Amino acid sequence: MATPTGFKFFPMPIHSVLLFVVWLLMNNTLAAGHIFLALILSITIPWLLAGLQSAHPPIRKPWLAVRYSLMVIMDIVTANFEVALKVIGPMAKLQPGFIAVYLDISSDLGITLLASTVSLTPGTVSAEVSEDKKWLYIHALHLENEQALIDSIKQRYEKPLLEILGC
Amino acid sequence: MPFWLELIVSVFLLVGGVFLLVGSIGLARLPDIYTRLHAPTKATTLGLAGLLIASMLLFSWQNSTLSIHELLIALFLFITAPVSANMIAKTALHHRLPALERTQNQDLAAAARERLTPDAPKKKGKK
Repeated sequence: MATPTGFKFFPMPIHSVLLFVVWLLMNNTLAAGHIFLALILSITIPWLLAGLQSAHPPIRKPWLAVRYSLMVIMDIVTANFEVALKVIGPMAKLQPGFIAVYLDISSDLGITLLASTVSLTPGTVSAEVSEDKKWLYIHALHLENEQALIDSIKQRYEKPLLEILGC
Repeated sequence: MPFWLELIVSVFLLVGGVFLLVGSIGLARLPDIYTRLHAPTKATTLGLAGLLIASMLLFSWQNSTLSIHELLIALFLFITAPVSANMIAKTALHHRLPALERTQNQDLAAAARERLTPDAPKKKGKK
């Protein structure tokens, strides 16, 4: 995506905000000197790196993105309990398996986000993406109902991501 | 430091410690590399979260300022944990490490290794 004109001094506005916040977090302070330094860094670094930016779709629905992040965090907490129980429980009962999920999402950013979410949530780790970027291969720790797992990944994670990114 | 704060911090430390321990037990107990991947990527995120919350509470009290740079550790963990799990899974696939025998859909693993679509190798097999 081409940088919109008029953003010459802030070629990557989101990254600028992120850099600013991360710098202050890292120093764990709100001192004036550090705010000034953070401002300088968050303006110059994106300005130097703008040329390296790869095209990706803009976030269309920021509020949905926030809700999605909260949902994922909740799922991570439940995932931890589920996996912890399975790890302590009898090994012979485990039925691991691979599944392939057809991707409706097409942008690189979307696939990356979906794959990362899948890796962080209940009993699944994404292993590979097919070369045409149409299939995501996932390893499940305990696979009982293949179709149900595929549907839940598509409904719960892919649909909101599609809405957030638009493609 | 008041007793109730000590109590809360200790609870978070204990919960975090238990989950980290479970993650390590999983790493030792689980039968093959693909299942082993699940323990460190999942159990440790909550374990670390517990320790970080405890640290945030304790140091916010001790220095009587808000201490939230622990959030950065959580952020970087969320970015790096899935990527490293993915790279290990990929490496395991390409080294053809055997999955547990009762693993379902092992043909998908073969398709994933070559980054094909899942139905392609099956069709070849039938012909």
